[in-house]
Amino acid sequence: MITTTKGLMDESLLDKKEGVVDNDDEHTRWVEYWHEGELVHRSVHVHLKRNVFSEGVAAMIG
Amino acid sequence: MANTQAMCTSFKGELLTATHNFGTAPIRAASTADTFKAALYLASATINASTTVYTTTGEVTGTNYTAGGVTVTNSTAPTTSGTTGYWTPSASITYGSSGSPVTLSTAFDCVLIYNSSQSNKAVSVHTFGSQTITAGTFALTMPTNDATNALIRLA
Repeated sequence: MITTTKGLMDESLLDKKEGVVDNDDEHTRWVEYWHEGELVHRSVHVHLKRNVFSEGVAAMIG
Repeated sequence: MANTQAMCTSFKGELLTATHNFGTAPIRAASTADTFKAALYLASATINASTTVYTTTGEVTGTNYTAGGVTVTNSTAPTTSGTTGYWTPSASITYGSSGSPVTLSTAFDCVLIYNSSQSNKAVSVHTFGSQTITAGTFALTMPTNDATNALIRLA
């Protein structure tokens, strides 16, 4: 059963679309379920690849 | 042997645990870890390095999304390796569940991690490809918690 905008629906009643985006920043998978031409479910899973980085510097004295 | 100018690696790790205080505030009454939260922002918002505190301006709204976002699981203490101090949340950051799905109809592309124990002060901003959610879930999984990949690194 799939959670949808119309409540729980049997997956067999739905058209499923999936996709993947992979680049230097993220690896993302998404899944959509459509019912009679209407988007009724969309979930996304993003794996973050890019972190935030800060460099600590000890300056020279004199 | 020779002396080498450097910022001490232990200090970088201790910055992440508030061991040092060069100023006068805040006074930390608790010795436990703070609570960090993660809020989502619209692709049209302006959240960046200049962001100092959590704001509702530009935050997503939608079914089963609570303003302020969700609490970040933090069971792994900051540490150091080589010359890098680092920290990563210990679990994925997830919005919605099968029993409580979220709908976020307006495109969003950013999560702000902030410290809800310290006046909602901002910690870091992470962007990703623009997304919407329809009666589903949105999950952010974390990179490997090491000196090269951790979510937050001080090198």
